[in-house]
Amino acid sequence: MPPAVRLRALEKRYRTVHALHGIDLDIEAGEFFALLGPNGAGKTTLISILAGLARPTAGSAEVLGHDVIRDYREARRNLGVVPQELVYDAFFTVREMLRFQSGYYGLHRNDAWIDELLAHLGLTTKADAYCRTLSGGMKRRLLVAQALVHRPPVIVLDEPTAGVDVELRQSLWAFIRRLNREGHTVLLTTHYLEEAEALCERVAMLKEGRVVALDRTANLLRAGEERRLELTLSSEALPDRLRGRVIGQDGRRYVLALPEYGELESILAELRGHDIRVDEMTLRQADLEEVFLKVMGR
Amino acid sequence: MSGGFSTLFRKEIIRFWKVFMQTVLAPVLNALLYLLIFAHVLAGHVQVYPGVGYTAFLMPGLIMMSILQNAFANSSSSLIQSKQSGNIVFVLLPPLSHFEFFAAYLLAAIVRGLVVGLGVLLVGLFFADLVFARPLWIVAFAVAASAAFGAVGIVAGIWADKYDHLAGVQNFVIMPLTFLSGVFYSIHSLPAFWQAVSHWNPVFYMIDGFRYGFFGQSDVDPWLSLAVVLPVAVLLAWFSLRLIASGYKLRH
Ligand SMILES: Nc1ncnc2c1ncn2[C@@H]1O[C@H](COP(=O)(O)OP(=O)(O)OP(=O)(O)O)[C@@H](O)[C@H]1O
Ligand SMILES: [Mg+2]
Repeated sequence: MPPAVRLRALEKRYRTVHALHGIDLDIEAGEFFALLGPNGAGKTTLISILAGLARPTAGSAEVLGHDVIRDYREARRNLGVVPQELVYDAFFTVREMLRFQSGYYGLHRNDAWIDELLAHLGLTTKADAYCRTLSGGMKRRLLVAQALVHRPPVIVLDEPTAGVDVELRQSLWAFIRRLNREGHTVLLTTHYLEEAEALCERVAMLKEGRVVALDRTANLLRAGEERRLELTLSSEALPDRLRGRVIGQDGRRYVLALPEYGELESILAELRGHDIRVDEMTLRQADLEEVFLKVMGR
Repeated sequence: MSGGFSTLFRKEIIRFWKVFMQTVLAPVLNALLYLLIFAHVLAGHVQVYPGVGYTAFLMPGLIMMSILQNAFANSSSSLIQSKQSGNIVFVLLPPLSHFEFFAAYLLAAIVRGLVVGLGVLLVGLFFADLVFARPLWIVAFAVAASAAFGAVGIVAGIWADKYDHLAGVQNFVIMPLTFLSGVFYSIHSLPAFWQAVSHWNPVFYMIDGFRYGFFGQSDVDPWLSLAVVLPVAVLLAWFSLRLIASGYKLRH
């Protein structure tokens, strides 16, 4: 089976901006993949090329083995894209939009699936409302529904949760997860890094049009900042045997390195042995946000 | 075709029908005003063809003018609206072929042109004794001309970045072409120079051939008019299709 997404030496120049510098990337079918990067890194540009909304300056892009230029119809049939911009058509209602969108894919009897989409996205009561009357978060959810009318094997979500409330965000992700379990490949961009951390098996980080990190999420986290123990103690003096671990100190507040959880026990025992009380304790672990900041800071 | 075409075509029809006040009634009223004013001022002073009153003479020109302007307006305004609001992505993302995309916008423009033209015709029946000497010619010229201007509308809608650009095309291209084409007069009543200029204007042939369909009389042979109008329509349609296929201003 060809990869869901294959990019080779993908270049994109706009008139004055060099948005993508030779991107090589494979996303396997069935993956849940995050594309991360600061504003202007080139995430939307990459997605636009995949979707045929932008043309590559050089290099190639394929969706499930279909070149997005030469074989554009098959590539687009296999792709569902939630655009980043909150766009809608003021002329039509939610249901009309979803029927049109189905029709563009040649699906003329799609109401059962449309109803299911509406239910999963909390839009059932808005089915007959004009799109311009929807709230911002509802418009975003309608975009998600529109991207899914044809059950695309490859789903691309460009910041799908921006402006969506907590409850719906949860149910949206539950739904997308289900689709992923059923075999759909999911590529998402988001600035909520904890979302990417929780959902995605693999992450690519983009900076100024280049892939600067690409790995399994677990590996990135492991290679990130080491685990740290933050302690506020009853005394400023620290037992000698713990001196080697100190990363930072501020009065009675210490930050100690904690490579292994198992060492926690001996640290606490050592303190107890010196009659030092622990007033406060926090275990800090690298999260994707830290890894991200570190990668971007390089 | 995969069926994507029929949906896009239907959407384009519904789009203008939902605001038919603005897209159908207003242009019909507009033509009616021309009819009342020109017919009132000129009736009795001008007789172009023997046995044809001026009001009747005016009607085909007005109908054709309405067809052209509305075919143009339909495709151009739909495209620029979608581009400006960004919802053009809804038709750019699906697997519509270039030809389906082109055909849907063009056919919808033709339908809008014909609907408005029919409206003007129906209203005109109250004011003028119209005859339909050669109905097939009427249909042929109405369709070819609306196709030509629907295609111009596609090109303009894709090219324009703002409504101002479209207004420019309307005021500096469409209006001069229609007014210098014999809508209100026979070009034989013009000075020789302007007659010669008019003969380079495809709209002149559209109107002249269209008029032949009503009265069986015209300034030039209707076959000549058809020989001008058809290739012009095909060329414009072909060009608009190429433009769509190239992705110009639609796919960055
Ligand atoms: N149509 C365009 N014309 C010119 N430059 C563009 C265009 N689209 C994007 N760019 C530029 O390309 C670069 C990458 O933009 P892109 O939208 O891909 O970033 P992004 O990673 O999606 O950012 P964000 O997180 O803000 O959405 C930016 O410098 C942007 O200004
Ligand atoms: Mg973006």
